[in-house]
Amino acid sequence: MSDVQETQLPGVGVRYDFLTSEGDRIGVLAHHFGHRELLLYDRDDPDSSRRIARLDPDDARTLADLLGVPHISQQLEGIQQRIEGLAIDWMPIDKASSFAGRTLRQCAIHTRTGVSIVAVLRGDEAFPAPTADFVLEPDDIAVAVGTPAGVKALHQLRRGQ
Amino acid sequence: MTLFGAAQDAGSDTGVLLVELGLLLVFLAVLARLAHRVGLSPIPGYLLAGLLVGNGGPGPVQLQFSREFVEFGAQIGVVLLLLALGLQYTASELRSGLRTGLTPAGFDAAANFTPGVAVGLLLGWDVTTALLLGGVTYISSSGVIAKILEDLGRLGNRETPSILTVLVLEDLVMAAYLPMMAVLVSHRALPDAAITLVAALAVVTVVIAVALRHGATVSRWIVSPSDEVLLLTVLGVTLFVSGLAEQFQVSAAVGAFLVGVAISGPVSKRAAQLVGPLRDLFAATFFLFFGMAIDLTALPPVIGIVIALAVITGLTKIATGWWVARRAGIGPRGRIRAGTALVARGEFSVVIAEIGVSAGVDARLGPITAGYVLLMAFAGPILTRTLGGTPKK
Repeated sequence: MSDVQETQLPGVGVRYDFLTSEGDRIGVLAHHFGHRELLLYDRDDPDSSRRIARLDPDDARTLADLLGVPHISQQLEGIQQRIEGLAIDWMPIDKASSFAGRTLRQCAIHTRTGVSIVAVLRGDEAFPAPTADFVLEPDDIAVAVGTPAGVKALHQLRRGQ
Repeated sequence: MTLFGAAQDAGSDTGVLLVELGLLLVFLAVLARLAHRVGLSPIPGYLLAGLLVGNGGPGPVQLQFSREFVEFGAQIGVVLLLLALGLQYTASELRSGLRTGLTPAGFDAAANFTPGVAVGLLLGWDVTTALLLGGVTYISSSGVIAKILEDLGRLGNRETPSILTVLVLEDLVMAAYLPMMAVLVSHRALPDAAITLVAALAVVTVVIAVALRHGATVSRWIVSPSDEVLLLTVLGVTLFVSGLAEQFQVSAAVGAFLVGVAISGPVSKRAAQLVGPLRDLFAATFFLFFGMAIDLTALPPVIGIVIALAVITGLTKIATGWWVARRAGIGPRGRIRAGTALVARGEFSVVIAEIGVSAGVDARLGPITAGYVLLMAFAGPILTRTLGGTPKK
């Protein structure tokens, strides 16, 4: 992944930019109000940028999907801001874990802790909203959402077995 | 019978008041529409409208019935301007602004506060009035500048964080400067004034510290899924705190700013969106009111002073932007863009001058500020548009 620079813009939002392999600097300006601007920097005057498009949150998600970038963590951040007492955790599945090689149904995580697995990250791939038949593999990262107590119980469950 | 007659009289008075207000707002709308068409801030238009319908304006259009309403609306306008300003920034932005922006802020103050104070002293004013003129020339208009940057598509530019940091610091300086001036213009004996000033600054410091640390808690009290409830709560709390601040000589405007800072997180963005239209309405009333209080005939004698101030402080702002951008490693073209963008003065220069005008300081402060803001709010955007290069579409 390219080196992404993050810059705070007080009163406006946050700007992210990176240099593409072809030498163009591309930026995304995330406004506080939720919309985003897609920017392309000038090669002659690298301080100045041109706005390619203005995207509302839905547009941004669509574009991200088309470009094939998982953006689950960002969406979860949004949820966390809105719902009090919601805990989100990234749970690595190591080889020794009793969860490795079993389906979500067999793991029965939700039944035992109330925590839902909302996505599984495998290498560069992401599997949002996995079904009960989804098989967890070693080195997967499961994204767990629940109460703080539930997430804690899940970790004990993972370590204990 | 008498009762009925009285009611009828009141009815016709209300009718005239509404007609007058209606015409006034339509007039402002026409000016704002013109300003938008040419891509400029409507603030000079509102000031101009005030000059025309106020004291010494051409006779037939003078306001008869809505004066009091406009005056009251103007006070709400100042409060909402500062509330919106406070809502705009998150606590973490203010914190990092304070951490990284102190040196630029010092340069900015030295370069742009000094000329105003010097000119005030040269005019033979007392120190307080000169300090007010310093404030007028010091503070860039974050409203006008944010709009220029958005319109010219420069928000993503690499010089923009430097510009915004200068603006954040200026706004924080206002939080200390406004109560200081409020105390100074009250002309009280020195020990008494010193005590009030220290108390006022202590209150401001404590509130900012609490807001930075416990903003989330404050926001939780205020939050509501209903826009109506949120708007009423925010407005109610703001007016209440501003009123208290005014009572304690901290200035209502600063009370409102602090409320805005204290409300943070997602709820502050929603509140800002809800308050926005109200702020536009009442701020327009405020600029109108400021213009109305100025005698049109007082403008020509101060024209020379206004132009001198505009040229000097236009150049010092460009120097500020140039220097701040260079410090951030920005190239020459970006430095010019940053410098010229900062030239615009507007709403807060008027807020500062109004402190002096309402306290009855030297009669030239009002006309000078009006002329200065008229000039700078026009010249700033035009300057940065032409010198900064047009954006490629």
